[in-house]
Amino acid sequence: MPRLTIDGKEIEVPAGANLIEAARRLGIEIPHYCYHPGLSIAGQCRLCMVELEKNPRPQIACNMVAMDGMVVHTQTPKVLETRKSIMEFHLINHPLDCPVCDQAGECWLQIYYMKHGLYDSRFVEEKVHKPKAVPLGPHVILDAERCILCSRCTRFCDEITKTGELGIFNRGDHSEVGLFPGKVLDNRYSGNVVDICPVGALTDRDFRFQVRVWYLDTQKSVCPGCSRGCNIEIHSNVRRPHHAQGRRVARLKPRYNPHVNDWWICDAGRYGFGSIDQGRITFPQLREGGLLREVTWREALALLIDRLRAYGPDEIGLLASPEMTNEELFLIRRLAETLGVKNLDFQVPPREPGDEDDFLLRADKNPNTRGAEAIGLWPADRGLDAWEMLEALRREQLKCLWVFHHDVTRCGWPEGAVLEALQAAQCLIYTGSNVNGMTERAHLVLPAATYAEKEGTFTNFEGRVQRIRKALPPLGDSRADWEILGECLEALNAGPKPNRPEEVFRALAHAVPAFAGLTYRDLGEYGLMLREVAHGASR
Amino acid sequence: MAELLLMRRFEIPDSHTLRVYRETGGYQGLAKAFGMTPVAILDAVKRSNLRGLGGAGFPTAVKWGFLPKDSPKPRYLVVNADEGEPGTFKDRYLLERDPHALIEGMTIAAYAIGSHLSFVYIRGEYIKPFRIFSAAVHEAYEAGLLGKGILGSGFDLEVIIHRGAGAYICGEETGLISSLEGKKGWPKLKPPFPAVRGAFDCPTIVNNVETLCHLPHIITLGGQWFAALGTKTQGGTRMYSVSGHVVRPGVYELPVTATLRELIENHAGGMPRGRRLKAVVPGGSSAQILTADEIDVTMDVDGLRDAGTMAGSAGVIVMDESTCIPEALWVLARFYAHESCGQCTPCRESTGWVEKILARILSGKGRPEDPDNLLDIARRGAGTTICAFYDGAVNPYLSYVEKFRSEFDYHIHHGECDVQPGRVVTGLGTR
Ligand SMILES: Cc1cc2nc3c(=O)[nH]c(=O)nc-3n(C[C@H](O)[C@H](O)[C@H](O)COP(=O)(O)O)c2cc1C
Ligand code: SF4
Ligand code: SF4
Repeated sequence: MPRLTIDGKEIEVPAGANLIEAARRLGIEIPHYCYHPGLSIAGQCRLCMVELEKNPRPQIACNMVAMDGMVVHTQTPKVLETRKSIMEFHLINHPLDCPVCDQAGECWLQIYYMKHGLYDSRFVEEKVHKPKAVPLGPHVILDAERCILCSRCTRFCDEITKTGELGIFNRGDHSEVGLFPGKVLDNRYSGNVVDICPVGALTDRDFRFQVRVWYLDTQKSVCPGCSRGCNIEIHSNVRRPHHAQGRRVARLKPRYNPHVNDWWICDAGRYGFGSIDQGRITFPQLREGGLLREVTWREALALLIDRLRAYGPDEIGLLASPEMTNEELFLIRRLAETLGVKNLDFQVPPREPGDEDDFLLRADKNPNTRGAEAIGLWPADRGLDAWEMLEALRREQLKCLWVFHHDVTRCGWPEGAVLEALQAAQCLIYTGSNVNGMTERAHLVLPAATYAEKEGTFTNFEGRVQRIRKALPPLGDSRADWEILGECLEALNAGPKPNRPEEVFRALAHAVPAFAGLTYRDLGEYGLMLREVAHGASR
Repeated sequence: MAELLLMRRFEIPDSHTLRVYRETGGYQGLAKAFGMTPVAILDAVKRSNLRGLGGAGFPTAVKWGFLPKDSPKPRYLVVNADEGEPGTFKDRYLLERDPHALIEGMTIAAYAIGSHLSFVYIRGEYIKPFRIFSAAVHEAYEAGLLGKGILGSGFDLEVIIHRGAGAYICGEETGLISSLEGKKGWPKLKPPFPAVRGAFDCPTIVNNVETLCHLPHIITLGGQWFAALGTKTQGGTRMYSVSGHVVRPGVYELPVTATLRELIENHAGGMPRGRRLKAVVPGGSSAQILTADEIDVTMDVDGLRDAGTMAGSAGVIVMDESTCIPEALWVLARFYAHESCGQCTPCRESTGWVEKILARILSGKGRPEDPDNLLDIARRGAGTTICAFYDGAVNPYLSYVEKFRSEFDYHIHHGECDVQPGRVVTGLGTR
């Protein structure tokens, strides 16, 4: 491990680290545009200049591997003056249209001008004009005049997705980013180019002009779109609710996790947040005379308990969901134990097979299948699985079915058989977030919070347990599944309801060996592997 | 005049044919080289003090010595025949009039460095040179001078001729390599240098046409003999391309110890129509300009460096008193703005900026601060870029303004030219 000195501070860094990464470890920020840790070194922006002792010329830090005994200076007058010059060069042909640019507030030209520029403008010539508002694909739009030609976007398409849609055409100050003839930027990860574009050249067609970024709040979470469990940030807009037609979630952004998704997420996950604000079930409902009527939670819960007590354990089925958190699944297991219900399952076949690739996307479109398996949401001895429960409903052997989140009317099973079974149910309870085929048929509908509105953990397909956090309050009267289940268990005298999911997790870690030893604190930023995986035991 | 080495066949009819080449001593150097070890050839080249004649003036033997000894990868020799430096046209003559000298020199180099594949990258506009050189390569293959077991030596060399597409930057060795690889002609970051990781990620030596054409006689006559023609640090002769305001523009081969004045006055015939000399660019457009009283300098690499300019590609551009220096600089500025590959920011942005300022000055709308801004822009960008292209632009920016400041100021304050009064140039900003 090379040991070097940066601005008078000594540090040891992993072999092969460049000077930007080495300095970062010391909390020293070397400004840069083209360097991105997930891409090859381009050395084009020339902003990351530093001085090395025994070297007459400033050097770019991105292409300089840290070596033993190096003495690096990042704050000399020469370095500061060079940065200022490079900032000026970056900006002479830039339109300086921040007031109408959607990147304003998170633009690295703005940030670095304030930190490293602050020169007086002296460019009086006509600027170079280039194409503006060019749609590159379904999600991304280009303003070539704002582009600083850092080539991050082209390198992303060449090196990460290997789809090569983008290139830099022409020469000199007429250089511009664009699509190769016949190409469209429609690969499954196209939105990432917006994240890595340091300026307002590539913006998100879905997000732009909805809300200024400084009105956004940020929360860490995990994408529920598939079993990869990519780490994300939820950017929500509650301060300017009149913008974006009241849509609270403004956008999702990838969050770095070296074990799961590095810096990236897929487009399906990125743009899959519409259901958080649209088509929601916002209050408990009871079916009377064929119509649903709004009821209070008090009424709904009373009814729920009444129904659960009215039937014998063999007449009740519980269909949990791999969309639920580990904590919630654990509470369902406890509910089944409390009631003595053996008819328990969590899986329903998808309507069509999910798409998968060798990068991030997984065919299993549920965030917590592995958690449900580890917690054991299977039928207890001689209990019924999901399909058998439906068949038993049809035969009127099962009387009461409580379904969480699944829309079994639109899954891989034959629709006619499913509808017949649901029709035969004496009591169909549905807990979910969005209006669907189940809300049309359930007798009791309990509105559930979405993943963005609650705390908890998901276990990804590899067995990594990761936290999701509450970015927003539950919409309307909806409640997190863990709260609903907690109330239910308390009413059934199975212990006091939990105050926080962390309490449930503690109990889970105690009760389920796979989770033994894990705590919220230890899960940290990047999550931790299930014990069985971490210890290499086969499943 | 000293003995001609590179140009000695230029006036012989059919000098481009194998027959004439052989009749005039051709391929003897190669035959002799095959009797030597590669190390002995490297040694001869080292003793010859041969320095690269493509522009950078780097000692050829030292460059060859950078090849890694232990790489399992093949090594490539790349012949730089892109000749794009304004004011330079010597390689064109070599390709057209003595193509076999290049083939022979290239084969000696390939044998010395252990390369079995040689790429010749020829400037796209050089259609006639390309045809003549291609025909010569064909002849050489037919005669067993290329291909398998050359001259019965057991040494194999294949040649691939690649035509450029008209970009100056593809003459820069790593831009050339990118282009050769089928990519956009963007220069690459150094390190790694091509000798370590070059074309197709393999160790690669890039040499200029003229550099390689010197190898046959270095081998036949010896390194020491070659070195003795020049200075302590640079041996031999080189070809000077003389253009501009002289009586006899053209190429001249002289020992590197010749002075710029000798070249202009004795060989190129001095100024036409009795005009007075104003300025000379000695090493292609990327060299700093010299004033009329700065031409008593020897034209070797170090001599011109000590004179504050550079030998570069030895393209000598002569300007007499009728020349408007701001306009001459604008012509170059337009070239650099047009040819910047656009990859790195200081070069991409400031080449265009400088061009626009100069166009504005010429159109009569100059501002008093313009000359200082030009100097400041050039100084700020200098030395910050990926390749030497930009420093090659900065050299004229700085030297023209510094040495001929009053001409810029005159344009700015009077809105017209002092050399050609009443002349205002408009409509320049249309690149
Ligand atoms: C912008 C630029 C353009 C160049 N153009 C040429 C060229 O056209 N021909 C050439 O031989 N060298 C050119 N060079 C120099 C090459 O990079 C390289 O140094 C040379 O080909 C090496 O050969 P030599 O050592 O035999 O001179 C250029 C360099 C720069 C920076
Ligand atoms: S569009 Fe953005 S990411 Fe792409 S080169 Fe331009 S500034 Fe860089
Ligand atoms: S200095 Fe100019 S020509 Fe060289 S890489 Fe940078 S932009 Fe291209």
